[in-house]
Amino acid sequence: MSVLLIAEHNNKEVKPFTLNAITAASQIDQDLHVLLIGSKADDVAKSLSEVPLVKKVLHIDHEIYENYIAENYTAAILKHADKYSHIICSANTFGKNLMPRVAALLDISQVSDIIKVISPDTFLRPIYAGNAFATVKSNDEKKCVTIRPTSFEAAETTGGSAEIEKIDAADQSENTKFINREEIKSDRPELGTARIVISGGRGLQSGENFKLITDVADKLNAAIGASRAAVDAGYITNEHQVGQTGKVVVPDLYIAVGISGAIQHLAGMKESKVIVAINKDGEAPIFSVADYGLEADLFEALPQFLEELNKLNTIQK
Amino acid sequence: MKILVAVKRVIDYNVQIRVKEDGSGVVTDNVKMSTNPPDDNAIEEAVKIKEAGKATEIIAVTVGEEKAQETVRKALAVGADRGIHVKVDGTIEPLAVSKILKKIVEKENPDLVFMGKQAIDDDCNQTGQMLAAHLNWPQATFASKIEVNDKSLQVTREVDEGLETIEVNTPAIITCDLRLNEPRYASLPNIMKAKKKPIEQINASDLGVDTNPRIEHIKIEEPPKRKAGIKVASVEELVQKLKNEAKVI
Repeated sequence: MSVLLIAEHNNKEVKPFTLNAITAASQIDQDLHVLLIGSKADDVAKSLSEVPLVKKVLHIDHEIYENYIAENYTAAILKHADKYSHIICSANTFGKNLMPRVAALLDISQVSDIIKVISPDTFLRPIYAGNAFATVKSNDEKKCVTIRPTSFEAAETTGGSAEIEKIDAADQSENTKFINREEIKSDRPELGTARIVISGGRGLQSGENFKLITDVADKLNAAIGASRAAVDAGYITNEHQVGQTGKVVVPDLYIAVGISGAIQHLAGMKESKVIVAINKDGEAPIFSVADYGLEADLFEALPQFLEELNKLNTIQK
Repeated sequence: MKILVAVKRVIDYNVQIRVKEDGSGVVTDNVKMSTNPPDDNAIEEAVKIKEAGKATEIIAVTVGEEKAQETVRKALAVGADRGIHVKVDGTIEPLAVSKILKKIVEKENPDLVFMGKQAIDDDCNQTGQMLAAHLNWPQATFASKIEVNDKSLQVTREVDEGLETIEVNTPAIITCDLRLNEPRYASLPNIMKAKKKPIEQINASDLGVDTNPRIEHIKIEEPPKRKAGIKVASVEELVQKLKNEAKVI
């Protein structure tokens, strides 16, 4: 049987994590179909059909899918679920909201947030904020699986020519209405996929002081992250939060500034390739995961850091 | 309006997790246990709604072993009116918990069900959505702001892109984010009073729900350890290391 991947998109473009989930899904079974549920999303269907790992695109196009509502998506998925061995999507807020609703109606015990495909029924997943790894085997006949996107490479996006099949919409839920979405537009790289991330914590002491972080981010073309403490204190908005209940990032370089390193924060960044910690408390737990630790006052260190970066002839982008 | 709040007993968020050497799980003996943190937010929100005169009764429910009752008792001390403890031993998956909660909802007929968005032990993030599916109720997950109207709620949800607002008709399931509110501490007099509040005990087996796990835990192991790093003496040295040794800038 084939596997069905649920695409995340904004009716114009495929969201990047869908490409990571495609890679994971293709490791479960090469006969990979993608379900696109949207409104006027022909461009998205076309770009999905060009992903070489995708064998078929199922496209449901109806105005009721202009905004993503889990109830409406679930009804659409259930109409087609019986033909597939696995239903898969990414374990971000999109997939976390959606997949359990689908799984419950199929009477499947979902496997959440996998970081490795061991076999079509066995997966590796982190538990306890990544402080333990569990190898789990699903004994349900059909499986619902969500993928930790940062644990899989993004699939190639060109060269394929999968068939696009148009299929019918399902009923709309009367009880949930989309009101609005406050999306913060930024020219910076996305936090989840950036090569470099610089994050600030409570040590920044105010929202204004985050400018010290943004100045360095501009220089390095980095995304900006934050600890939960910094978000709770209102220094920066929620979509920047890195950690167990925020985003998981795996950049080439992660710079933690004024972050003590609670286990809940480490859960979101400790797989980064190179970690730098700047903190004035030499005993802070963040130093236990840092490749390079600098015990210093961030208000002196960050301007100096920017100055040193300015002295370099070239900086990798 | 009646609100049902589901709470879970987990290893306290401050405890350093230790994996058992035989690969069968993590060490729970003599380890501090607490209410799952976002479940505290769920209770707090229900209590606030009741204090605002918009709810008449709060029922706290938990599913788990004998000691799971402590989390219900804590919810009673914070402001829940009565408790339900569905007793079940051993591992229980979100799918089974959601089926048990469905039975409780059918018995109690609440207008709203609140719970945390995710438990910090198995990190599954499933139960609320699954319960909503079983009941065919709307779901508002990852809530960071809730506005209660007559027959609906406006819920602001924390999503990857920022904030999203949806309106759900009641009855509805809400899963709560840590930023929804600041959970209060129970006062000593309220802890004393909570001891007199009723907790109904039900055996899961009497509810006719199959609680057998569908997922086999083959092995629990420690994650790979990071190689120990070094401390640098100056910003200058840091930049040189990043440029010439790690080659990341």
